[in-house]
Amino acid sequence: MSTPPRAIDLGMMACHVCRQVTAYTEDRHARCPRCGNTLHARKHASVSRAWALLVAAAIFYIPANVFPIMRTQSISSRDDNTILSGIMELWRAGSPGLAVIVFTASIIVPVLKFLIMGFLLVTVQRSSGMVARQRARLYRFVELVGYWSMLDVFVVAILSALVHFKILSRVEPLPGVVYFGIVVVLTMLSAMSFDPRLIWDNRKSQ
Amino acid sequence: MRPFRHATFTPICDHRERPVAAFDRLDGMQRTQNLIVCEHCDSVYRRRSLARGEVADCVVCGAVLDRHQWLGVDAQFALIFAALIVFVIANVSPIVTLGLSGMKAATTLWGAVIAMWNDGAQIVAFLSAMTLFFFPLGQILIFGWVLWFARKGIRAPGFPLAMSALVRVKPWSMIEVFMLGTLVAVVKAHTYFDVVPGAGIWAFGFLTLLVTVFSSLDPRELWDLTAEAEA
Ligand SMILES: [Zn+2]
Repeated sequence: MSTPPRAIDLGMMACHVCRQVTAYTEDRHARCPRCGNTLHARKHASVSRAWALLVAAAIFYIPANVFPIMRTQSISSRDDNTILSGIMELWRAGSPGLAVIVFTASIIVPVLKFLIMGFLLVTVQRSSGMVARQRARLYRFVELVGYWSMLDVFVVAILSALVHFKILSRVEPLPGVVYFGIVVVLTMLSAMSFDPRLIWDNRKSQ
Repeated sequence: MRPFRHATFTPICDHRERPVAAFDRLDGMQRTQNLIVCEHCDSVYRRRSLARGEVADCVVCGAVLDRHQWLGVDAQFALIFAALIVFVIANVSPIVTLGLSGMKAATTLWGAVIAMWNDGAQIVAFLSAMTLFFFPLGQILIFGWVLWFARKGIRAPGFPLAMSALVRVKPWSMIEVFMLGTLVAVVKAHTYFDVVPGAGIWAFGFLTLLVTVFSSLDPRELWDLTAEAEA
């Protein structure tokens, strides 16, 4: 099967917002004739931005996991839960099935995002032509599942609003949940800054 | 659900009658209507209309190039109107009610936002308000606005701005995550309290369903379906 040509080789580019195809231009201020957004063949400073946001996310990921995210208070007890201990409690007392879902969204997905984004950035910087199709698929996976990590943040928000029985019983958010929310936003921004077209640009092999 | 048939687009180099070199002479702001460029790998294809249920995948990277728009503009407008009504219901009715020895406590989405704000998690309150209220509401209103005019085949006032906003806001709307979060919260609370689901949870469930339908549609099709209004 013949491989289709690439826009950059044909002297063309497509608007990243509305997909209008126009002639290639180096002009950084050129605007899409159809939607008016700035035209660029590749996302600006893609690799450095994606790295910076990914590193920032990794730094915030430490307090997000070390600090408790939620306090459950009653007359006789006070219980602070981290993300992991909350999952273990859900496993024991509630529903193991949901515990697996929360574990996937809060632990597996963020860790996978760090590993995959790091891998994609390193291979792009080395102009590797290796497993390009698989890397493209990994990027689409990160884009697809990334925002599901907000799950635990919303759980804490709902419980904090619901469980408000004066001194009898109360749930409060703790700083860990703020860090975790920041981590999710930063990893999403990192994935959005990354330009998957770079996977196919200047590959050494092939 | 009907299975999607997969289709691949004709790579443009297959067309002998129109050599690729012709595009080298594109200058300045000249546009090319019938081409589609893969957003993930920059491959260029000639566009063709898809049959019902067809999805066109990029042969190079496997990303989705184009889908058949299985809902007409009128049907999309009806759905967006339904979404607006359900969105209002979801936001004014309690999501769940808890009972503890005769006392009752209920909350809405905004109750959760305010609780986070008052308990020192303002960043989370802000994120929740944006991703669960302002962005989804913005999406519904803006999409409704452009669809209302698109029914007559014309571009709404502010069309380019509206279309850009739809593309940019899309990844930040998290209704379906909130729906799952509600279920987890209910199961957690169920250990200690009596839990009564409210109308809000059904409304959010229905909204999740509508979000899934809309995610299979690409609003950017409207660029091709509408023409600029006569000034
Ligand atoms: Zn592609």
